[in-house]
Amino acid sequence: MKNIKKINKKKEIKLTAKEKKKIKKEKKNYKNKNSVIIEALKIVQEERNWISDEIIIAISKEIGVSYNDIEEIATFYSQIFRKPVGKHIIKFCDSVVCYINGYKNIQKKIEYHLKIKPGNTTKDNLFTLLPICCLGNCNFSPTIMIDKDIYGPVSTNSIIQILDKYL
Amino acid sequence: MKFKKKNNQTHPLTWRIRKDKKPIWIEEYCKKKGYKIAEETLNNMNSKEIILIIKNSELKGRGGGGFPTGIKWELMSKVNISKDKYIICNADEMEPGSYKDKLLIEQLPHLLIESIIIAAFALKAQQGYIFLRGEYIKANINLQKAIKEAINAGFIGNKIFNTKFNFKLNIHTGAGRYICGEETALLNSLEGKRAIPRHKPPFPALVGFLGKPTCINNVETLCNIPGIIKYGPEWYKGLSKSNDYGTKIMGFSGKVNNPGVWEMPFGTTAREILEKYAKGMCKKVKLKAWQPGGASTALLTEKHLDTPMDFTNILKIGSRLGTGVALAIDDKINILSLIKNIEKFFSRESCGWCTPCRDGLPWIVKILNKLEKKQGNKKDIKILRDLCSHIKNGTTFCAHAIGAITPLQSAMKIFYQEFKYSLK
Repeated sequence: MKNIKKINKKKEIKLTAKEKKKIKKEKKNYKNKNSVIIEALKIVQEERNWISDEIIIAISKEIGVSYNDIEEIATFYSQIFRKPVGKHIIKFCDSVVCYINGYKNIQKKIEYHLKIKPGNTTKDNLFTLLPICCLGNCNFSPTIMIDKDIYGPVSTNSIIQILDKYL
Repeated sequence: MKFKKKNNQTHPLTWRIRKDKKPIWIEEYCKKKGYKIAEETLNNMNSKEIILIIKNSELKGRGGGGFPTGIKWELMSKVNISKDKYIICNADEMEPGSYKDKLLIEQLPHLLIESIIIAAFALKAQQGYIFLRGEYIKANINLQKAIKEAINAGFIGNKIFNTKFNFKLNIHTGAGRYICGEETALLNSLEGKRAIPRHKPPFPALVGFLGKPTCINNVETLCNIPGIIKYGPEWYKGLSKSNDYGTKIMGFSGKVNNPGVWEMPFGTTAREILEKYAKGMCKKVKLKAWQPGGASTALLTEKHLDTPMDFTNILKIGSRLGTGVALAIDDKINILSLIKNIEKFFSRESCGWCTPCRDGLPWIVKILNKLEKKQGNKKDIKILRDLCSHIKNGTTFCAHAIGAITPLQSAMKIFYQEFKYSLK
């Protein structure tokens, strides 16, 4: 368990008015406080790119749930990042249909081009590469997702052109 | 048989879909008889009558399990311990190789909303949630717009269709865990907890979301409701070519010429789907094996292609219909490597609650990795078999690990030679 007092001493971060407004709106959808946690984490992450210890404290104050309740969620779900990530998240589908259609070649090409392995971020903090399970785009396999955009079928040639769009 | 022209009585799920695949918004949906069935149902029928029709139709859940929807609804309707009741649409579609619900949500969001309204009325639920997969961005945008449209039209809110029925509907997006598709794990996730399955019993119909009676149905299951209410159980049964009734969204992916999903009667053979709809295998490859409905279903071979695609017949040949969206595995694929890919997925997505799943699946991946590199020995195959025998019903809380070992067991049975060749 983390020492919350120690985190508190580090630096107090406050949620922005925009973040608070969005969280408040979400709260209306639920009768219990905890259900809002996932959405609150996503709202804050969209603004700040990742979820730090300090921001968890700010969220816990806003929602009125404990720090641990939030961290428990933040460390369980793959869409929540507990460490800084790049500006753009590349998720390559490594599930069985994309396996058959050759996702490994796409992965290798991205790794070679960006000089990173899955789980890592480029030195310029522009891209983070992550695997993801089936994106439900099997009729256009192999497929990748960059931020909120889905691409497929991706070839070893087209992947570089796609990445260039995000430079 | 391919229907000449789609209509509401031959393709109740997809007849409204446009050729340009753009979503059907409220104006067009209402022009195409949309919300009429919900209006008639809410005004002229009661809960018992609706549930009886669904029960008589023998509609089975389309999320993969195939549990009879009418029985689920009946269980829920008998619970009178609370005024608060919930309906949850399970739209957390993450099974590798399946994308049938996405089609319905993206292109026919109002069909889903109308279906949820009818279901909520039948179950006396005043609040509903659509638990949507977080990565389904377009589906989320379309659903949000459709819900707004439905609220503005007075189809969601208070006194719907001038009745006493009040209903609220919200979208809850997941944060990326396959286990959220398991209904009790979904409830935990919706309550803002880790998505860890709950012990059953008590079933969600008794103790569900926030401890209140809750019914959880899959997207495709719900989308069948309006048609059944309108045309009746006998019509619904007549749609099918087999003893599992209605139509099903089925398809093929992999190295086929036209991968995709289509609505067709239950009982259509896998061969017909593969050859007529998916246009056969791509050039230079042959079918080696196939999975009928997602990564957790047992492998089948060419000789099984003439089996009608339905719950009963697929079960008879040793697999499961699952989501009904099949995967063609071609002869260029090494089965051992393919199985390793599947096991890696299940291992990564284990919630960690039960030891056989948390520790057993990574162990299986480790062994398969060794075998793939031709570094394994006979003892490894024995360990694989032992692990499979220890992961079974009763040793874990949910079916995640059981689903994981199913393709492995079938591969070891059908393609044992490939496992044998991988020994050093």
